[in-house]
Amino acid sequence: MTDILSASPTPDAVVADDQSAMTHSPTSLAMRRFWGNLGARFSVFLLAIVILVCLIGPFLLPYGPDEQNLLKSRAAPSAAHWFGTDLLGRDMFARLLAGGRVSLAVGFATAFSALVVGTAIGIAAGRLGGVVDTVLMRITDIFMAIPSILVVIVAGGILGPSIPLLVGLIASFSWPTSARIARSVVLSVRELDYVRAAEAAGTRPATIMLRHLLPSVIPQVTVACALLVASAILQEAALSYLGLGVVPPQASWGNLLQTAQSYTVISSMPWLWVTPGAAIVLTSLSVIFIGDGLRDALDPKATR
Amino acid sequence: MSLLEIKDLSVEFDTVDGAVHAVRGLSYELDAGKALGIVGESGSGKTVSVLTVMGLLAENARVTSGSVTFDGIDLLKATRSQMRAIRGQRISMVFQDPMTALDPVARISKQIGETIEYHDRSATRSQIRKRVIDTLESVGVPDAANRADQYPHQWSGGMRQRAVIAMALINSPDLIVADEPTTALDATVQAQVLEVFRTIRQEHGCSIILISHDLGVVREIADDVLVMYAGAAAEHCPTPEIFGDPRHPYTRALLRARPGWGPRNERLFTIPGRPPDLLKVPPGCPFVARCAESEGLEACRTVVPPLLEIQPGHLAACHRSDELVHIEEEVAS
Amino acid sequence: MLRYLAGRVATMVLVLLAISLGLFALSHSAPGGPLASLIPIDQVGDSQALIEAKTKEFGLDKPLPVQYWLWLSHLLVGDLGTSFQYSRPVAHLIMERMVPTLELMGLGLLIGNLVAVALGLYQASKKGKPIDYALGAVSLVLLSTPAFFLGMLAIFLFSAVLGWLPSSQMTTAGDGSTLDLIRHLILPVGVLATVHSAGITRYVRAGLLEEVSRDYVRTAIAKGATMRQARWKAFRNALGPIVTVMMMGVPALLSGAVVLEAVFSWPGLGSLTLDAISFRDYPVILGFGMMVSVVVVLSNLVSDLLLTVLDPRVALR
Repeated sequence: MTDILSASPTPDAVVADDQSAMTHSPTSLAMRRFWGNLGARFSVFLLAIVILVCLIGPFLLPYGPDEQNLLKSRAAPSAAHWFGTDLLGRDMFARLLAGGRVSLAVGFATAFSALVVGTAIGIAAGRLGGVVDTVLMRITDIFMAIPSILVVIVAGGILGPSIPLLVGLIASFSWPTSARIARSVVLSVRELDYVRAAEAAGTRPATIMLRHLLPSVIPQVTVACALLVASAILQEAALSYLGLGVVPPQASWGNLLQTAQSYTVISSMPWLWVTPGAAIVLTSLSVIFIGDGLRDALDPKATR
Repeated sequence: MSLLEIKDLSVEFDTVDGAVHAVRGLSYELDAGKALGIVGESGSGKTVSVLTVMGLLAENARVTSGSVTFDGIDLLKATRSQMRAIRGQRISMVFQDPMTALDPVARISKQIGETIEYHDRSATRSQIRKRVIDTLESVGVPDAANRADQYPHQWSGGMRQRAVIAMALINSPDLIVADEPTTALDATVQAQVLEVFRTIRQEHGCSIILISHDLGVVREIADDVLVMYAGAAAEHCPTPEIFGDPRHPYTRALLRARPGWGPRNERLFTIPGRPPDLLKVPPGCPFVARCAESEGLEACRTVVPPLLEIQPGHLAACHRSDELVHIEEEVAS
Repeated sequence: MLRYLAGRVATMVLVLLAISLGLFALSHSAPGGPLASLIPIDQVGDSQALIEAKTKEFGLDKPLPVQYWLWLSHLLVGDLGTSFQYSRPVAHLIMERMVPTLELMGLGLLIGNLVAVALGLYQASKKGKPIDYALGAVSLVLLSTPAFFLGMLAIFLFSAVLGWLPSSQMTTAGDGSTLDLIRHLILPVGVLATVHSAGITRYVRAGLLEEVSRDYVRTAIAKGATMRQARWKAFRNALGPIVTVMMMGVPALLSGAVVLEAVFSWPGLGSLTLDAISFRDYPVILGFGMMVSVVVVLSNLVSDLLLTVLDPRVALR
């Protein structure tokens, strides 16, 4: 009798078994690696703080971004106005946060659209192969070479600046990177047994693409997404600076820098342009670090 | 005096998991004009030992004991420029993969010519070119004069290996080391490349070290065979004796494991188990865990068998080598 | 080889045609209608008769494909219309203002490439050491910095604070000397080169490290080469991809130059176009679009050609 009792596994042993299985799954390994990357971890916090402050800050600030007070214009940073005031007496901190909301929103929206379009095209090209693949890849090459800023200058110059145009055009020239990545993942995965099995079972191509190929594509493409966000933020900044993106009075970090087109502003009122610029740099940097961290964490060749 | 003398050589690699003992107390000699075949499985240390001779070890490698003497020169103590003068001039190496051994953006003639340029700065372009073409012809490259100016990607695998051999040969070295030169090639091309080595032996009189995991390849070329296991020598004797009278259980198992030998209807023989972990080498004979002929001898587990000359010219590292049953060389049935 | 070249040129022409279609469509979408993109709207005002006359004159009553053909044929002979702002042929304006922009781009490309190669080589040789990480971090920060912001910082430091360099324009009024030109060039070219090299250094470093671990490098050493000779082979092999990346950066360099012209009031193509935008000088904007497309497409072709020269495996298809 004692033998039978001692032979059956104790509940603790069963739980322990499950736990060890969990900590070794690819996802948790990747997450551990990512979290171990100090730069990436710090960047996640930084980015979270930036986003949070931009979203919530305006509700806590005494001044709105559009409140003009000509009596207090061009004031250097002080206790009342942490980042000073601009040429029309508006509180720079409030404008910075408002600008942040727009820049971040445009950045993420652009990156997301580019990601969706690029991934779809990449998966289709990889899965369907043949002529479709060749044509799509040629198109990808062509779009990859054209800088969106120049296109927006021409299109925006003729049609007038607008945010939808901005997002649409930047996305139109950002999708190639994610398309290439998605395609190469599909090419390496589609010969694997589980995909072949699905094909043999008669699954429709669309379902195969969605249920079997997409999950392998998503991790790699997420890395590209991070870089896309950074690049979108930078492009929006340049275009808004030129007056072809987000147009005043609506603020964006890019157009906040427009005032610095005057030498006087650059030399004597640094608070007007250094903070928006620094905000762009910090945000892009954190996003890039997160992207690098993700890439290292998801590296298929890593062993620990 | 022998051309190359390796005495009690030990080489370790520093890795994140600790020190890997790739070569442990290896000793062998090679006389001028002779061909030595080194046989062993992956990880037996055969490549590391010749890389030590060439001075081509990786950054994290350390020679912890022993000596390597070439024509009286202590290679382990040689300076960098001394080694440079030796490589490609007195000792040449042919590597395994001809597809990646050549510089993709340089013409073949230029690459082979570089071997001359590195050692003789007074050679003229036409002199170099003539020697390059002659050497290519001697290793059997057809239409060498025209084809030499092509790029590696325009040559087939077998041809590329010949180009690599030509590179090794062109300065008439005293010793050519070939590390698995035919492994990456098709069977027919293998035979052709081996033929090239045979020709080199006959016509140039240089010594050859040929490393392979394939006993058949070694049999074609070598005067003597050195069988290595787990970083140390297992057996060292003239080629006919390896096949006719092997005196180490590992060699004997290798011979049995060749497909095509033995009765047709028997299952293929494999040696069970795996080579020992070179991070923590167990005491005693490294082969004991897989040995079918130790007969429970206690010394096999506790004492490392020394490499002893059990017959003139025949060395084996086995406590029981005298008692092993004589095997008739079995002919394919 | 010729077939490859012909194929690439054919693609180039197709792309330019597609772009021209896009520009044509754009010109017809201008607020005020297609006529507004051909002549300043105040020339016709509200006079219905004038509008009709002009419409006929420019063939705007013809079917669209015919209009496109007319427009394209004008383009091919170099007639890009007349600028509203300057009342001069757009083609002349563009040619004039192209030169300062090309100066900026050319110098930025050259210096940026040299710096990237030097730094990349240095970083590769010091792989894993603190300086490698430090330079890598600097690279990353520069990649996250918009070029125009970097320009502002440069102006702040070198013009406002230190007073060493001028902050705008190509020359100082009254002084057209070469030294003056050089002083004006330093900041914009410096910023462009910095941004360009920040993007490329990583590739130089990665490419070198990859090649240096390849078998043929080991073969070279086994033949008796010095480390330097062997590493040169690696470098020569890494050049193909590196040069490709460098040339791929040319369109970005162009857009960077265009933006920087706003920061430094540099009298080039970029500032011409930005002025044109505020003036609604549509012919200039469209001309800019065409010019820019030609530059981008040409740089791609040059990049491909350079690759076939540097890597013999690519030449024969």
